[in-house]
Amino acid sequence: MDFNLTEERQMLQDTLRRFLSERYTTTERNAIIDSDTGLSTEIWGELAELGVIGALFTEDQGGFGGAGFDISTVFEELGRAGVVEPFLDTAILGGGLIAALGNDAQQGFVEDVIGGSLHLALAHGEPASRYDLSRVETTAKADGDDIVIEGRKAVVINAEAAGYLIVSAREGGGPFSLDGISLFLVPAEASGLTMQGYPMMSGGRAAEVTLDNVRVSASARLGAEGAGFQALTDVVARANVALAAEAMGAMESATELTREYLMTRKQFGRPIGTFQALAHRFSDLLIELEQARSAVTNAAGHLDSDDRDRQIAAARNLIARTGRLVAEEAIQMHGGIAMTQEYELAHIAKRIVMTDHRFGDADYHLERFIGLSAA
Amino acid sequence: MDLSYTQEELAFRDEVRTFLEEKLPKDMSDKIRRGEHIGKEGHELWHSILNEKGWLSYGWPKEFGGAEWNAVQRHIFEDECAAAYAPRIVPFGLSMLAPVLQKFGSKAQQDHYLPRILDGTNWWCQGYSEPGAGSDLASLKTRAVRDGDHYVVNGQKTWTTLGQYADWIFCLVRTDPDAKQQEGISFLLIDMNTPGIDVRPIILLDGTPEVNEVFFDNVRVPVENLVGEENKGWTYAKYLLTHERTGIAGVGFSRAGLDAVKRVARQESANGRPLIENPHFAARLAQVEIDLMAMSTTNLRIISQATAGQAPGVESSMLKVKGTIIRQEINDLARRAVGPYAMPFASEAVEGDNDPIGPDYAGPVAAQYFNNRKLSIFGGSNEIQRGIIAKVKMGG
Repeated sequence: MDFNLTEERQMLQDTLRRFLSERYTTTERNAIIDSDTGLSTEIWGELAELGVIGALFTEDQGGFGGAGFDISTVFEELGRAGVVEPFLDTAILGGGLIAALGNDAQQGFVEDVIGGSLHLALAHGEPASRYDLSRVETTAKADGDDIVIEGRKAVVINAEAAGYLIVSAREGGGPFSLDGISLFLVPAEASGLTMQGYPMMSGGRAAEVTLDNVRVSASARLGAEGAGFQALTDVVARANVALAAEAMGAMESATELTREYLMTRKQFGRPIGTFQALAHRFSDLLIELEQARSAVTNAAGHLDSDDRDRQIAAARNLIARTGRLVAEEAIQMHGGIAMTQEYELAHIAKRIVMTDHRFGDADYHLERFIGLSAA
Repeated sequence: MDLSYTQEELAFRDEVRTFLEEKLPKDMSDKIRRGEHIGKEGHELWHSILNEKGWLSYGWPKEFGGAEWNAVQRHIFEDECAAAYAPRIVPFGLSMLAPVLQKFGSKAQQDHYLPRILDGTNWWCQGYSEPGAGSDLASLKTRAVRDGDHYVVNGQKTWTTLGQYADWIFCLVRTDPDAKQQEGISFLLIDMNTPGIDVRPIILLDGTPEVNEVFFDNVRVPVENLVGEENKGWTYAKYLLTHERTGIAGVGFSRAGLDAVKRVARQESANGRPLIENPHFAARLAQVEIDLMAMSTTNLRIISQATAGQAPGVESSMLKVKGTIIRQEINDLARRAVGPYAMPFASEAVEGDNDPIGPDYAGPVAAQYFNNRKLSIFGGSNEIQRGIIAKVKMGG
């Protein structure tokens, strides 16, 4: 048994942590959040150069990592610094789907993603789909050599920055069937594709995407007709490892900020951390943080195992519960200061809590865990 | 024991309901229901509507022109207002400063300030907390030094809610730095237009400019603006903090919030079924409702004692702790209920002329969840309340 990171991953962690602590300050990050694009192309480029995106792909795909622990190492650090840039959307989801399904021509995009020159977005969720991955009502119909796509996609993160959207659409089956879902690489400027963009609660931007008679060539299809669901499930599993690790990294920051504050802030003539009522509550956060760390380890370590989905459901459920506790208790123990936008914890707490709303909250993953355990 | 309202109380409730149906502007209650802000004009309009009816001063004694409702009537009114999505009454002048002036102010101060609170001439804000004096309020450092017939005030206040709208601020200031902490504090009324005052907004984590920092740089305040005696300010501040507060449990807000979550959960679907039928969500919802039912009765028990003349003591602290936990739990459920549509940041979606992002009920829920973390922090944090409960009940 060995719970240490490999030498390569340790180097990646050290490099990333050093870069982000120097460059991704609270002030810098808050300016990025307030900007029109909601992301920094400069930071993106530098992180790509450091190999952060390459670490999320296997050697076959042109990267140098791609395993569960590569994902968790990178995203823990992104979470610790509260990074809002769309690594999940462009690399894990978008790049991951192309790497898994793309033909030779399409695989070229993976290189662009790893190099940092191309952004992607997964346009899958719809206004009524909530967290249900199989609920797709957008349709794709053949018209000669073309495919015509019609539908609406909800909260498409990173849509505005993306060169291509990976759009899921039905070529068969009812609204909940696992079969019949196809994936298409749709250029962002495709005629008939419109976006209503907006900022998100915890930074970054998303858009409501309308596909009105969008015409693409049949060669825009990723993988086989109607067979996209398995690949979607696979990249979402990787995304869930990333999200769990990111939230855990943010929880580390939240507890560290709280520790510093408790030992610095004086009321009634002494550091408030010396009041036992607060010291015990802080200890509970540390205990839960270790639980969270182990849950991420479980999920990352089982990414390629038969028990993958159950382990991931467990991790996301545990992270959702402990994350909320850490975020809320960290704010409460700070008091008013943590309620202000310019204080680091405010952003970190939002990152933790809003993780709930991507690919399922505590209840969704609890239900999945129960279902998978019974099977 | 009788858990129902008397005939008179029921008649009063109907009167309140009718009034709200007739006089509460629809666009205003719609905004409150959607979690939007109504701005200074909105609050002033609602105050003037209530004042016209004589209900703005419902907690004031008759001798000051108040309606002098008892605790049950106040509770009914506050409950009905919350259920009808009426704006909350801005408390700083009406229920924080006014009781202090009525008890400790001079006749001249009462005659001058009280009518201006009612007719909206003056918008008051509260100058208590300081950067170094939060839970430990008595350690405040803002200095007031006597100079002829003025005090010269220097220092800083913070978390000043809606201070950006205020014409006046009531402040705790240190007038005797050598006395024991609580004994050197005075209660001053300060015109916000006095030279040397600088108000700077603090943006909260949900993006709202709700609170402010107020800086005082050699601000000259006439001595007649001192309330009561010099160095007795702590007594007045404590009176204000322990002044009977029937609304502290927020039962009406919780009930309205819970109804809103249920409405949303009927419209949202999970796995093709209404979310409200999802056993996990339904269980969470039921647990909060069970807690709320019990707390509502605790609240009424205490109100009933108060009506019988017993001043509530630590019960206020208990209601504050439980009430805020319940409200925050409801905010959490509201956030979960809307799923991915909690992610859009509402201010643009709600305040702009754009189409709403997702269903209209989704816009403000995440912002409200984060904003209402304040409930357990301000007005004496829940830790301070627990300290009070332990101190009183454990006899230590």
